[in-house]
Amino acid sequence: MTALTTRLPARFLPVLATVVLFVLTFGAGSIRYDGFASGQVIANLFIDNAFLIVLAAGMTFVILSGGIDLSVGSVVALSTMVTAAGLRAGWPVPLVIIAVLLIGSTLGLVMGVVIHKFDIQPFIVTLAGMFLARGLCFLISVESVSIKDTTFRDVATAVIELPGGVTITYNVVIALVVVLVALYVLHRTRFGRTVYAVGGNEQSALLMGLPTARTKVGVYVISGFCSALGGLLFSLYMLSGYGLHAVGMELDAIAAVVIGGTLLAGGLGYVLGSLAGVLVLGTIQTLISFQGTLSSWWTKIVIGALLLVFIAVQRGMIRGRRRQGAIAS
Amino acid sequence: MTESPPPVVEMRGISLAFPGVKALQDVDFRLFPGEVHALMGENGAGKSTLIKTLTGVHTPDSGSVLLAGESVAFSSPGQAQQAGISTVYQEVNLCANLTVAENILLGREPRKFGGIDFPAMRKRAAEVLARIGVHIDPASVLETHPIAVQQLVAIARAIAVDCRVLVLDEPTSSLDAGEVAELFRIMRVLRDEGVAILFVSHFLDQIYEISDRMTVLRNGTLVGEHLTSELERRELISKMIGRELGTLEAIEDASERHSVSGPVLVRAEGLGRRGAIAPFDLDIRAGEVVGLAGLLGSGRTELARLLFGADRADSGKLIVDGTPLHLRGPRSAIAAGIAFCSEDRKGEGLVADLSIRDNLVLAMQAARGWSRPVSRKVKDSLVEKYLAALDIRPANPDALVRTLSGGNQQKVLLARWLVTEPRLLILDEPTRGIDIGAKAQIQQLVTTLAAEGTAVLFISAELEEVVRIADRIVVLRDRHKIAELDGGSTIDQVVELIAGEPVPEEVAS
Repeated sequence: MTALTTRLPARFLPVLATVVLFVLTFGAGSIRYDGFASGQVIANLFIDNAFLIVLAAGMTFVILSGGIDLSVGSVVALSTMVTAAGLRAGWPVPLVIIAVLLIGSTLGLVMGVVIHKFDIQPFIVTLAGMFLARGLCFLISVESVSIKDTTFRDVATAVIELPGGVTITYNVVIALVVVLVALYVLHRTRFGRTVYAVGGNEQSALLMGLPTARTKVGVYVISGFCSALGGLLFSLYMLSGYGLHAVGMELDAIAAVVIGGTLLAGGLGYVLGSLAGVLVLGTIQTLISFQGTLSSWWTKIVIGALLLVFIAVQRGMIRGRRRQGAIAS
Repeated sequence: MTESPPPVVEMRGISLAFPGVKALQDVDFRLFPGEVHALMGENGAGKSTLIKTLTGVHTPDSGSVLLAGESVAFSSPGQAQQAGISTVYQEVNLCANLTVAENILLGREPRKFGGIDFPAMRKRAAEVLARIGVHIDPASVLETHPIAVQQLVAIARAIAVDCRVLVLDEPTSSLDAGEVAELFRIMRVLRDEGVAILFVSHFLDQIYEISDRMTVLRNGTLVGEHLTSELERRELISKMIGRELGTLEAIEDASERHSVSGPVLVRAEGLGRRGAIAPFDLDIRAGEVVGLAGLLGSGRTELARLLFGADRADSGKLIVDGTPLHLRGPRSAIAAGIAFCSEDRKGEGLVADLSIRDNLVLAMQAARGWSRPVSRKVKDSLVEKYLAALDIRPANPDALVRTLSGGNQQKVLLARWLVTEPRLLILDEPTRGIDIGAKAQIQQLVTTLAAEGTAVLFISAELEEVVRIADRIVVLRDRHKIAELDGGSTIDQVVELIAGEPVPEEVAS
């Protein structure tokens, strides 16, 4: 316990800051608007952002390893498209799910291999992946395809009743399971710790004899898988597939991860932080919809300002760390 | 030492060539269990190459490596590690964002139910740390510890596996005296456990304190293997440096030494920088050649970089022409008439893809400022003048610098700075890696410049050269200025100083 309290400040500060920020924004909403501080509003935060939570979890792996994945939004769109088109063609639901998850993971695998084998910046490779996935959507259909499959619709509309009359969807359960699994993998497995090692110092990780190649490719497979899963959740949420779904969602995911305290340079951060980051974004959105007169673009403006602040804070932290290192040497 | 056991590592007739360089030629090397073996030699002697041949980074062109009597051929550092050869590098190659325990054991961590068994991992890490007498919390994050402790953690990682051979490649360069003492204590513990330790350091005091045996390399060849107790420092230094006496005597005539009594141009008072060079005083007069002598790592380049403002001093002051000068960077040094020819001429001095003319003009234009263009005529006459004065070959101003030989590149670099007409010219290893003829010409030029009133600070690893052309010799050891000798001193006097007893405040245990 004592060890925990002494170690807490430095490492958990960014995550704590995000949690505090969430509490503050939510508190402000509760004071300002009647009915804001209800269990259902909180539940809705999760319901409306379940897919983003999944995306942010995958993105956390990539950013922790020192990379970036710009393709996630497009892969979500592609997944909704494949889901809708597959169901329209009469594929059974399990087959659709497997196909979507396979496509997403394979795209991630290909991007990861290209990044590693040819030593190209992840930014460029995943940018290419982003265009590719978005283009593939329109290959399937240029129009929005609605999902009429009854099984799928039943799952989408099914609610789980929690004590206190609060209801959530299955999306929320899936998103939370993903977060828990990510938490376990990142902190309890060799793969997860190697992700941190690679993000901290790839050269050192290599000299330490760690499987850096497998890890670097692995994080993109995970991100691709999470994008596909996020796409399935998004299909359940929208009940349609469309090539223009989730435009810019990769940036929301990155924003959530960064606001959640993960260092863009890699090596430092927590998946729970990313969850908190998503909740902060969701709360801001809810606040603005409660306010009623402000345009929804205000969400973007506030997120932009927040990002700037958080990146500036990160910069300061890195400088502080360097200075510490200099004194130590 | 009753009966020496068979060597754990034996390297026989190792030769290795890189394009254009024979890095190792027929080198033999033995390493016995339970000894600290120092590998000695100046820069470029082949120490790192030999180590990398042992640890599987390089594959030798010929020769064999035997580990415990069996022939081995490692193709990667990982294989060497599996066979019990662990290496700790000069830079701490660990992940500072992970915990100490993870850094020691990641990759071979204890597992439970498919996940990492953290309690077992911390326990095991604590055991390894205890073995080398380091008591820190294995669950703490590595970067919260000073570099010295991180270095020890790197050693802990190296010995966490069954380690028969431990290679320490300059582990002490970033440690202070107390930390070095701690490292040595650990080295002794491991040695007594029977680990063979290969140790590389540029600090002679440390070598003599810790090593049992040493192997000296020079220019990629084996000079000899000696018991440390049987090799005097002075002898060791002359073995490392080698004497090129006679080769340069033919062109001795030009360097007539003169005592200089001109005004002090540059004065350093207590100038120093932590971890680079201890505070020193130094006067350089106009028309004087001051030589800097010392082994590699003694602080030669660091001293020069302070004078040039390339590094910021954290103590003392620099006085130019009697007025204190606050150097904010090389630009202000250049404005004050100080020029610095770096030892890394490719990386820091020349633009290799431009012609000789362009390189010279670049410097000229930089000195004049962009608002005062230099006419083509002036350019041509200046370029011609320096091509002739320095005998740069080919004497074609449009030749690309990258195509020139090392000696001619060095001359172009010199010319580049001479164009700006500096008052103090700092030359860091201007003759390294160039042939005797070009060497002599550069030495000649230095004396000529001095006669014309330029002050020169001349840094060279070759003592003959320093002794020959310097009017005054400043001797450095272990990052301290330890003496100043008048011109006309002999090499032996300088060697004596370099090899001398430890500086009082540097005594380690």
